[in-house]
Amino acid sequence: MKQFSMNNTMELNYLSIKEAVEGLKKKSFSAVELTQACLKRIKLLDKKIAAFLTLNEDQALKTAENADNLIHSSASIFDTKPLLGIPMGVKDLFSTKDLKTTAGSKIIENYMPPYDATVIRKYKDAGAIILGKTNEDAWGHGSSGENSDYELTRNPYDLDRVPGGSSSGSGAAVAAGECLFATGTDTGSSVRLPAAFCNLVGLKPTYGRVSRYGVIAMASSFDTIGHMTHTVYDNAKVLEVTAGNDPLDATSSPLQVSQYTTHLNEKISGLKIGIPKEYFVDGMDPRIKDLTLRAIEQLKSMGAGVRQISLPHTDVAMACYYILVPSEVSSNLARYDGVRYGGPRSLFGAEAKRRIMLGTYTLSSGYYDAYYLKAAKVRRLIKQDFEEVFKEVDVIIAPSSPTLPFKIGEKANDPLQMYLSDIFLCPINIAGVPSLNVPCGFIDGLPVGMQIIGPHFKEELLFKVGHQFEQETEYYKTKPKL
Amino acid sequence: MSAPKKLTKEEVLHLAKLANLTLNEEEIALYQAQLSDIIGYVEKLNSVDTNNVEPVEQLTELTNVNREDTSSDKLSLSQTQALQNTKSTKDGYIRVEAIFDE
Amino acid sequence: MKSYLPVVGLEIHVELKTESGMFCQCKINQFDAQPNSHVCPVCLGLPGALPVPNKKALEWTIKIGQALNCTINKHTKFDRKHYSYPDLPKGYQISQYDEPIAVKGHLDFEANYGTYKNEKKSFRIHRVHLEEDTGKLMHRGNDTLIDFNRSGTPLVEIVTEPDFESSDDVKMFLEELHAIIRYLDVSDADMEKGTMRMEPNISIRLTGQKELPNYKVEVKNINSFNFVKRAIDFEVKRHIMLLEQGKTPIQETRGWNSDKNVTYSQRTKEDAHEYRYFPEPDIPPFDFSDGYIHEIEKTMPELPNERVKRYELMGIKHLDAYILTRNMNLCGYFEEALLYIKKDNNEQDTEQKIVSMIINKRISTTITPKEFAKKFFEITKPVETNTGMLAKSIQSVIVNNEKAVTEYKNGKQTVIMFLVGQVMKEMKGKADARVVKKELEQMILEMK
Repeated sequence: MKQFSMNNTMELNYLSIKEAVEGLKKKSFSAVELTQACLKRIKLLDKKIAAFLTLNEDQALKTAENADNLIHSSASIFDTKPLLGIPMGVKDLFSTKDLKTTAGSKIIENYMPPYDATVIRKYKDAGAIILGKTNEDAWGHGSSGENSDYELTRNPYDLDRVPGGSSSGSGAAVAAGECLFATGTDTGSSVRLPAAFCNLVGLKPTYGRVSRYGVIAMASSFDTIGHMTHTVYDNAKVLEVTAGNDPLDATSSPLQVSQYTTHLNEKISGLKIGIPKEYFVDGMDPRIKDLTLRAIEQLKSMGAGVRQISLPHTDVAMACYYILVPSEVSSNLARYDGVRYGGPRSLFGAEAKRRIMLGTYTLSSGYYDAYYLKAAKVRRLIKQDFEEVFKEVDVIIAPSSPTLPFKIGEKANDPLQMYLSDIFLCPINIAGVPSLNVPCGFIDGLPVGMQIIGPHFKEELLFKVGHQFEQETEYYKTKPKL
Repeated sequence: MSAPKKLTKEEVLHLAKLANLTLNEEEIALYQAQLSDIIGYVEKLNSVDTNNVEPVEQLTELTNVNREDTSSDKLSLSQTQALQNTKSTKDGYIRVEAIFDE
Repeated sequence: MKSYLPVVGLEIHVELKTESGMFCQCKINQFDAQPNSHVCPVCLGLPGALPVPNKKALEWTIKIGQALNCTINKHTKFDRKHYSYPDLPKGYQISQYDEPIAVKGHLDFEANYGTYKNEKKSFRIHRVHLEEDTGKLMHRGNDTLIDFNRSGTPLVEIVTEPDFESSDDVKMFLEELHAIIRYLDVSDADMEKGTMRMEPNISIRLTGQKELPNYKVEVKNINSFNFVKRAIDFEVKRHIMLLEQGKTPIQETRGWNSDKNVTYSQRTKEDAHEYRYFPEPDIPPFDFSDGYIHEIEKTMPELPNERVKRYELMGIKHLDAYILTRNMNLCGYFEEALLYIKKDNNEQDTEQKIVSMIINKRISTTITPKEFAKKFFEITKPVETNTGMLAKSIQSVIVNNEKAVTEYKNGKQTVIMFLVGQVMKEMKGKADARVVKKELEQMILEMK
């Protein structure tokens, strides 16, 4: 094995998955070296960033050794194990067998799952190296990363600012070069927002595209299982591994899984882009509006057509969301009674308690019809809004956030900004459509992201647009100054 | 419609009981106010005409998902695994403080 | 004192004997297993686990509904039913709320008890739905111990309308329902093992009163049909006493104490359960086609009441047919033995004879049906009478029983049986009693 200087080690942990696989194939470096580079980076930085809750160092190095053996014995091993030797972070909401899983909450502080989530099994079968479990807003409740029962994760681009949530640790870990990619879940923001705040490509897949089995449930009909990478190609590659029907998840789609990486360079000329008029209103940071519109101009110059579209039920989307999600949350948290695992319910944080109380109220007798059922009907209308729009356009583009990553403790007090922050992201979960956050520039050195939203199960379309935009703009090459 | 009325203390305590949560005085007061916020959401929803609109019961629009009646050991847990996170066990049982018949 | 009538509705739970759980692949009905040794993330309610419905459990529930003459709902779904209890792993039970699998049926039978003679009775079934069972609690001193092996077992809930006005009817209904479930071969329906459980809801109203009473008392912990009757009788008496005092019985859940033959108040929860039902988001709903429902109906076996009728047509008494049909295995045995016997026998009352022998245990059913047939022929074969010996024996008996013979000659008809008995003794049983009687009568007549 060659010896690498510190610089090269830094480079190793900022490789894309594509580059890393090529390097491993060429034997430019070993899987063990790649893993060590990341572990070193974690040791160097994570005290400041606090992306990881639990490290899996010994097991990771063992797995890396096995990976190296496989690479040496079989030339075509990457055909069957496309993520072989690639170090990853796992959001602590995913059950990992015999590796502590806390959901960012004190209630299951010492919980050791006796089983792997289906996607974890898929990642392991694909050869990925799990470096550890990343921090998050407890139970997925939150969009800044400030609601973990453990430490506060910081944005690698500015340590005084939030990384976005709830998959805060995953976003920060990848941005800081502590791993090459990381998993997340997106129930209302939780992959796209940290991706936007941390200059990453983040996918919220179509509801039902990726199995939820083994991922701790927040809101069962909203939860989607996603991931964050540096590049669009990487993101598409990972989806090839995670997507697919799971007999253990009755809501997982039986639809065939596309080879997402093979469509990336198909022409986008003639592509119709819709811009929702309800999103581009006053209240957004005007610089973000500007940057987003410029990104759209960029796509126009590549041959896409742009028109304004309407999602007429946008203004009632949050009312719908705030009735349905807490209802499901309150139900999904009912199992934490301290009997078979975990501590007493008094350990729930304030945010979790609030959602439980809200949901219990909404489902109570006398209120079910007026609240829950009504919201479920409005949900139908919001879903139809998207379905109607996608008859006119191929994709929708919108900002991922109306604000830059904000300072810790200073969540927008402006109700309009908070409202916009919600409506940019949550209606997508209400409708179940897929959305990909793609970096579209920087303001004051802080990342800005835009969402490419598409029809159900059309992730290859999102990747295509995102990839070609990314190739022109190359924002992923900018790394935080750490 | 008038400003949302606050929930009574009794209503909040009842909900907490259903939710299996114990609240202190501060929390009770907090939720009396916060839960009433829902009424604002509901008013918003009521501004939408949902006559003849089918509620979304299953986002995927799938139906008839089921599995064959076969047992498998692959997913089953050993007694040790089943109890590995349990605070209190006895002779392979999970133990809680005595509950008298409801 | 005013005249009251009981108003009783029943809630029956039946554990299905499927191979695997309702929503998971665990082996179920492992009664002798170590605690918590047949569990998985799903039935243990671990974080992240998800339910997937058992196809067979759905089919068997439809079948039960069909056997109870219900309408099968073509669109059905599961719902979450929330409450907190240590044996409920998820803090909610996956059950069915407003769109159960089967509704509006009835169970009919003929009553032949009390004052009833061949009285046709029909009791309405409100609904039949499918859900999952909880874990099992055991109380030991200061501890409550929980075993989750039973958690996730498919459970069918059958709810009747409050149509019952007598505890005898309830008992009969439950026996008939039990037989139906056994015939469908979907459950062992063993009251003692708990694979069939029932809870009566009891109240009373004035005879002639149309409205339902404004209260009802649920009684739990009853594990035999006899105890159901006793519990209802006890409650009815208790309610009458209270109502006569101008009080209304408290709406509550009571337990049955079979040692003391009383019901007792269980510590009631202050509020009625508020289950916060909503459609189970983890399980897509079901749309059954007519074809699917018909395919299941085609597999319906002969049900107990149909079999009783068929046996009656064979010439078997209703009561005997009823008793025999309570045990499916015995019916199978009977029909097999009948085949063997019918080969060499054409008499009209053979079927009844066989059934009587089975029920009275005249011939044991532990032997094979073929051997049963052999024994049957041995018993019913007319015994050969040695005519020579017969004449001698009769002579001897007449000589030694002058007094009896005289009495008979003087008109005491019944004495003949005593004399027949004596001849049989002499012949050491090697005679057909009918032949003996005939000969004896003849010989005495020829005397003088």
